[in-house]
Amino acid sequence: MKRYMFALLMILLLAFSAGIAASQDITLEFQQWWEPELPEGSFRAILDEFEAANPGIKVETISGPYLTTKDQIIASAATGTMADVVGLDGAWVNVLWKQGALASLTQAMADADYDDSELAAQIKLAGETYMIPIANFIYPVFVNLDMLAAAGIDPPSTRAEFAAAAEALTDPDNNVYGWAQPLSLEQPNGIQNDTMSWLWATGGSMLDDMGQPNLVGNEQLAETMAYIKSLHDAGVVAPGSFAMKENEKVEEFVNERVAMIINTLAHFTLIRERNPDLNFDITALPAAEGYDGPRGLPYASWGIGISANTEHTAEAWKLIDFLTSVEGNSKLTSIANAFPGNVNATPDFIQTDELFMTAFEIFQAGYLANEFTGLPAAEELMRRFDEPFQLYLEGDMELGDFLDEAQAEWEDIFS
Amino acid sequence: MATATQSQVVEPANIGWEQRKRKLLPYGYLSPTLLLLATLTVVPIVTVFLYSLFDNVIVNPNPPEFVGLENYIKALSHRKFRAALSNTMYFATASVVAHFVIGLSFALLLNSRLLAANVKALFRVIYILPWVFTASIIAILWRLLLNPHGVVNFVLLEVGLVPELLEWLSDRDLAIHAVTFINIWSGYPFYLVSFLAGLQGIPDDLYEAGHVDGANSWQLFRFITLPQLRPIIISLALLDFIWTLHQFTLVWMTTGGGSNSEVLSTYTYKAAFSSYEFSEASTLAMVILAMCTFFGIFYVRSQRMTDE
Repeated sequence: MKRYMFALLMILLLAFSAGIAASQDITLEFQQWWEPELPEGSFRAILDEFEAANPGIKVETISGPYLTTKDQIIASAATGTMADVVGLDGAWVNVLWKQGALASLTQAMADADYDDSELAAQIKLAGETYMIPIANFIYPVFVNLDMLAAAGIDPPSTRAEFAAAAEALTDPDNNVYGWAQPLSLEQPNGIQNDTMSWLWATGGSMLDDMGQPNLVGNEQLAETMAYIKSLHDAGVVAPGSFAMKENEKVEEFVNERVAMIINTLAHFTLIRERNPDLNFDITALPAAEGYDGPRGLPYASWGIGISANTEHTAEAWKLIDFLTSVEGNSKLTSIANAFPGNVNATPDFIQTDELFMTAFEIFQAGYLANEFTGLPAAEELMRRFDEPFQLYLEGDMELGDFLDEAQAEWEDIFS
Repeated sequence: MATATQSQVVEPANIGWEQRKRKLLPYGYLSPTLLLLATLTVVPIVTVFLYSLFDNVIVNPNPPEFVGLENYIKALSHRKFRAALSNTMYFATASVVAHFVIGLSFALLLNSRLLAANVKALFRVIYILPWVFTASIIAILWRLLLNPHGVVNFVLLEVGLVPELLEWLSDRDLAIHAVTFINIWSGYPFYLVSFLAGLQGIPDDLYEAGHVDGANSWQLFRFITLPQLRPIIISLALLDFIWTLHQFTLVWMTTGGGSNSEVLSTYTYKAAFSSYEFSEASTLAMVILAMCTFFGIFYVRSQRMTDE
């Protein structure tokens, strides 16, 4: 009997000590929109590896669609209840930083004695890092090879070649157009991806040296806008631009009603699934004639940051360190079909897919360019540029007036 | 018997307490509802009103600055607000008028004795279909239909009604009308159902008396049907106007407020979740609330008159 009692006591003691150990675990809340966009269970598997490598730290994911996550993060920042680690888009960083909701990653890196030389990019505000892009989706030009071959032309490399190709590929009687430019005001990211990208590809900038709006008196920008208008005037752009959204642009390309689009690599799988017979390739965004410098590549990122209110900054940094490490970043970007945030990480798909190899070459030959990242109310900047831009494209506003109005609108936001 | 004995021994001092308790009892029953109303309605409205009187609320770590009515003056005098207000009034008025005409016409058709019961049942299902869809489904459906390469353009071109492809949702001259049309399509079944119920409640005696007096169809409609439906018409029109004033999803998902189709709800959303100007957004929300309250008062009055 005594023996049983002793065994029972031992079991109770073990359970108690295990309970204490479990209660000592630190649980990090990690809010992001990535998990639903990845194959089921794959993101959790990466986090499980992190937990195994860091005993005592658990990661609880709070996952949702992109827009819901954005609204929830901004609302939780206002109430001081933001998750310990958050997935970030460059368009939100500024507003969260203004709220004082993000912890300085510069400080976290210094505390952890971290060498940041492997990071491909850091988003800095007032000299300190608040977001690290860990997966990047570049936006090259997708071209329909069959349509190009039928017209007897090669993928374009310059603006003039692009305009000529678009004209040759356009056949309004059969509802086929050379290019599609989505400019919906609901999702104004067409200004970033399908408009300003032309400027960045030629080494231009929409900001001055102080990071302020530089739309007026900016020759490269004026030339770029005039070039885009010439495409619209030539009738080579698919109709319905002003209400078109990004997904509709992709649908037009998938259904072979549009021959060329500027599009994210994230849509590779989607395009192949929707039209397995589509023969397409990618090429770098055309640059202005005579420009032979590196081409800026528009991109979207999955960024990561730490809440200013977290009580576990060191542990939160360990998670970021893991996701930006060569091993962790390779795995994440492999399942996301993205380019790495760590310069030494190599996603699997680069070796296995020819199109991704081409994309990687474009990525290496150019540089990541998205001047909207980190700007105040970035989405609203795009929208306020979009409104007079549409008037300009319709011929209801002169180029100078359009840029004057956009500059005034942007200055209003910056101030 | 025992109760009577107890009531006889109640002390005079307790009588006042008993009376007070009896008076307070109804409030006790009401308290859960009052608490819910306060939590879900009064507190948010007061909070938004206070935000509208300050600058730098929510997204600024610095203490908000009291600016009084400055936000109202700024918002009401902005050209984009005036454009959004004008579009909203057109959108709401055209929707209500069209809902009324279509809803009443279809209700009269379905109430007709000329149609067989099974034909009426079939058309009831067909007519009510738009009401079954959620706003987001309606928006997606009509985006596809009104796409420059969509069914609508195809049919119009084939019939020869239009000379070229029309960009319904992205043309500055067409977008607001296209969105209004979509709203009319999605909203008329509510009128149809209500009017049909109203028509079926009109006693046949009235029409028989009208016939005896020699009234024609138009006179029967003008002097019997319409007056009998009057309370329903007023209630529906006011409610519909209020609902349409803050219609957001349909406009947002079809045009995003672009191509000259900005309405107050999309304008407010952009101020809040795109510009992060929550003071401005709160001000606009209070303006919309004031407009809705104005029409709400008429609705309540009409309801009272109906009850009396």
